Amino acid sequence: MADELQNNSRRDALKTLFQGIGVLSLGGSLWGSAAIKLKASELTLRPPGALEEEDFVKACLRCGTCVEACPYDTLKLATLDDHTAMGTPFFEARLVPCYMCPDVPCVPVCPSGALDVKVIAKQVDGHNTDEPDIRRAKMGIAVVDQETCLAYWGIQCDVCYRACPLMDEAITLEYKRNERTGKHAFLEPVVHADICTGCGLCEHACVTEKAAIFVLPREIATGKVGEHYIKGWDKADEERLINIKKAKTKESAPEDVLNDWEHLLDDE
Amino acid sequence: MIGSICLMMNNIIKKNRYLVLRRTLQFGLLLLFGGANWWGWTFLMGNYSSAYVLESFYLADPHAVLQTFAAGFVMSTDAIVGGIIVLLFYGLIAGRSFCSWVCPVNILTDLATWMRKKWRISENDNFLRINRKTRYWILGLGLILSPIVGVAAFEVINPIGMLHRGVIFGFGMSWTFVVAVFLFDLLLVEYGWCGHLCPLGAFYTLSSRFALIKVKHDAEKCTLCMKCKDVCHEVQVLDLIGEESGYIKGACSNCGRCVEVCDDDALKFSVYNYKN
Repeated sequence: MADELQNNSRRDALKTLFQGIGVLSLGGSLWGSAAIKLKASELTLRPPGALEEEDFVKACLRCGTCVEACPYDTLKLATLDDHTAMGTPFFEARLVPCYMCPDVPCVPVCPSGALDVKVIAKQVDGHNTDEPDIRRAKMGIAVVDQETCLAYWGIQCDVCYRACPLMDEAITLEYKRNERTGKHAFLEPVVHADICTGCGLCEHACVTEKAAIFVLPREIATGKVGEHYIKGWDKADEERLINIKKAKTKESAPEDVLNDWEHLLDDE
Repeated sequence: MIGSICLMMNNIIKKNRYLVLRRTLQFGLLLLFGGANWWGWTFLMGNYSSAYVLESFYLADPHAVLQTFAAGFVMSTDAIVGGIIVLLFYGLIAGRSFCSWVCPVNILTDLATWMRKKWRISENDNFLRINRKTRYWILGLGLILSPIVGVAAFEVINPIGMLHRGVIFGFGMSWTFVVAVFLFDLLLVEYGWCGHLCPLGAFYTLSSRFALIKVKHDAEKCTLCMKCKDVCHEVQVLDLIGEESGYIKGACSNCGRCVEVCDDDALKFSVYNYKN
């Protein structure tokens, strides 16, 4: 009798345990998948001085102090329908771009370190200072759609070039002969990714119905060459060869390896 | 005649004195936060996740800082110190009073409860039965999930955040989560969100166990009218009513409803005596 009772209570305990584990895993997987979806934000432009996207989404407290510090109402906090990590700050350059304030008021007010002055620290003689330098911001890269850009059609339009706060540095105009008319020139805007901050003033100013120049996050708009390509014409890059370790090669000829079938046999 | 009306008014205010104070504080904070975004005030910038006070120091939600830490990011000093200030304030002094004196969701869920009682929605039978301990499991699950999904897991689905960010910065579609919480409390479970599910409430319940300010019960004065149990959101904390004198502990959010409805002076705010 006592044994039976004990058995029952043990069975009940096990049952409760497994039920608990089941409910927790159900809740955890639903919640987890929702969380992964709600933190995804691939096509989002962040304020200047933001950490890398993955760290930024972790670090941001979603308090909106940066939004309030911005004098141009550029920044917004993401809601459910913004396809950006819930509650985090972002901007849409076509609506309101970043005007690149020299004192960068949105960054130092961040309590969590998601926006960090160090990311855009002003450099003096190659050393970082405590001051922010908005020119070092990397919010994104402007990309030109040559099919819809009027300048690439041969129509004179240098609106983006003139709107750019780093005129003649981040966007330059390349002159080319217009063979179609034979007597005009193309004045094609070209973005220089190493200078462009991604502020979006060009996208904001673009005259076409849907902007022909637009800012994309750097992650999206850049490729990667890979370590094994070395610029032979660049002395600094060439020096990487000096430190390279030689890969070990087998001393036997390839056909020997192919013909050596002893290792295929069992030991017996 | 006028005298009796005055007396009645006085009585109504006296019977709701903490409620009036709480709503004033809750709406006042929302106004200060909102004013920072709408008109550039600098009393309280940010929101309930982190507030920049008088442009001099920060307060932060310790639960959010903890989740972020669990997700693998150590915030900068401003946020950590801000979180510790808030944690110590509630933990050592004010108890779980964030929930009923500060949190804007409380205004909404109190409204839902009031409507639920007025319209007698499933008076005798909850549509859904949920254990009040569920919130502790949600609290723990959020901290376990944070490193797995690589983000503060509760903050991305947090209806509290959606409500205050919505009021201060604009709702977008986030109002759906807020309405869901309201309807949950109205139709499915009495005191459903705040009393059963909210991990922030669970966090403050656990961290403010030894807070100084607690409601004290005097069983000798109690006439067992049970008005306190009618209004209490965490009725399990009132087990000692009429049986023994002592401090109300556990998930009590120091809302003071029991204190104001008590006609016998048997419940009062007091300072916790650690020796007893």
